[in-house]
Amino acid sequence: MKLIIAIIKPFKLDEVKEALGAVGIEGMTVTEVKGFGRQKGHTEIYRGSEYTVDFLPKVKIEIAVADDVVAQVIAAVTGSAKTGKIGDGKIFVLPLEDVVRIRTDEHGDSAV
Amino acid sequence: MNHSCLRKTLRQLTVAGALFALALGLSARAEVAKIVPPTADERLAALEAYVNNTDPGKSLALTPGPGHNAWMMTSAALVLFMTLPGLALFYGGLVRKKNVLSVLAQCLGITGLVTILWWACGYSLVFGTSYGSPFIGGTEFLFLSGVTSAPNTNYAYWVSQNVFAMFQMMFAIITPALIVGAIAERMKFNAILLFVTLWMMVVYFPLAHMVWGATGWMNGVWNAAAVIPAIDFAGGTVVHMSSGWSALVLCLILGPRIGFGREKMAPHSLVLCMVGTGMLYVGWYGFNAGSAVASDGIAANAFTTTTLAAAVAGFTWGMVEKVTRGHASVLGFCSGIVAGLVVITPAAGFVNAAGAVLIGVLAGVVPFLACTRLKAVFKYDDALDTFGVHAVGGTLGALLTGFLATADVNSNLVSAAYAEKNGLAALIKHGGLWVAQLKAIGVTLVLSVVGTIVLAYLVKALVGLRPAPEAEQQGLDITDHGEEGYIL
Repeated sequence: MKLIIAIIKPFKLDEVKEALGAVGIEGMTVTEVKGFGRQKGHTEIYRGSEYTVDFLPKVKIEIAVADDVVAQVIAAVTGSAKTGKIGDGKIFVLPLEDVVRIRTDEHGDSAV
Repeated sequence: MNHSCLRKTLRQLTVAGALFALALGLSARAEVAKIVPPTADERLAALEAYVNNTDPGKSLALTPGPGHNAWMMTSAALVLFMTLPGLALFYGGLVRKKNVLSVLAQCLGITGLVTILWWACGYSLVFGTSYGSPFIGGTEFLFLSGVTSAPNTNYAYWVSQNVFAMFQMMFAIITPALIVGAIAERMKFNAILLFVTLWMMVVYFPLAHMVWGATGWMNGVWNAAAVIPAIDFAGGTVVHMSSGWSALVLCLILGPRIGFGREKMAPHSLVLCMVGTGMLYVGWYGFNAGSAVASDGIAANAFTTTTLAAAVAGFTWGMVEKVTRGHASVLGFCSGIVAGLVVITPAAGFVNAAGAVLIGVLAGVVPFLACTRLKAVFKYDDALDTFGVHAVGGTLGALLTGFLATADVNSNLVSAAYAEKNGLAALIKHGGLWVAQLKAIGVTLVLSVVGTIVLAYLVKALVGLRPAPEAEQQGLDITDHGEEGYIL
């Protein structure tokens, strides 16, 4: 099993959700986050005061999946979240030791 | 004294009171019988005087005119609306979210405090005349005694004096509330209340009397004996210069906020700021057009010039930003609108439409430079630009009034009763009013700066000015008021 963490542009969330639904993903956790990579921040000016804003708003999606669908999920996210411009985000794939469905006590792939 | 004895005494007092009242009533009736009823001509003349906003003569003496009173009550409410919630939201949106309630609380606290001061002595010290002094009013209206619904003809033929007192009180409220902008996020609530109390007594009441009091030193329009025949229609010197220059001095004595120049101190809600700006904009019609103290042609002119100057200044500020920085910002439009309203304030009832548009353009440029360039050079922490907008704008407006005022829109500028006697009429006809305006600017500046220096150090010695550094970092909402602005 793998835990896939995707950091994407906020306005792409709906498209990504639909693309993931299309490859059979039935659940995900979404968080509004802030951060920066190569895109860096931007400058805001309020009358005479200028501020550099380093942390830009992004959306983080977390999905637990079985090993055999990892490639499909990555393709779905990149396909739907890509604009081709700097700041599109990143996907992290982490090994996942176990998953437990609380209601039924199921473990492993059947709980994903 | 036992109960039956007390009752007996009360009964005796009641009987005595009734007899006294009867005697008064009889004598009043006897006097009424002696009064000759007004002739039809006199009654007609009084009605014409009502329409023309002139002296009613004896037929309607001491009777408020319904139309003028209606407009002045509306105006008073509009000016209160400028502070609560207009200015509170304009400023509240510009601070960081941990301090939003502190600004609202300061505006609320000042409103109550100044109302009490105004009732107790403020109105009397500004608009009384019993001292016969050019610098301070008198004692005849202490605790608003004698301030009834009958007009005080020193100030208005047709407006109830209690309405006039309430209208002027709203100016006394918003003026110290404006100072809050410069010292936002870093002055203790009790220090603010103490400072405002002292500042009203030492700076505002004397200054307002000098400019607007019937015996005022700089009241060119309404005091035949004015030494400096300057003019200030709605408070360029009294309200905006006094608050703006005092704000600068107080913010210098306080020192900058912790982290100023290093931390991000961006406005937490420009939405609130814009909502507040809209309320200020609308409320300012009461401020400026209401300052005619009548629903007359001068009010109509002030209404027009206020509209033009505010819109032109807001647009100009936004376009200056667009050209110099690439973006016209919401804060830029809002700042320009407020600046336009500030600069037209002393001029509103004295200039024509062309003058108002010129004022609007300059109001969009000069305060913009003060807020961006001047502040960047001197690095003072005027948190919300009270100095840049109100002091610079108020000073600019007072001076421009000296060049643009014209008797074409306001014949009071050349009135035989006042302006011809104190020299104002000559200045209007032959030029040179700007010199009188400069003198008024100088007096206002010195009184505000010196008064604030003395009072700020006095308050510092008595209760201290700044909160503890931890309190300032945590935010004044929690530490000074025990509340949070946003629980989301």
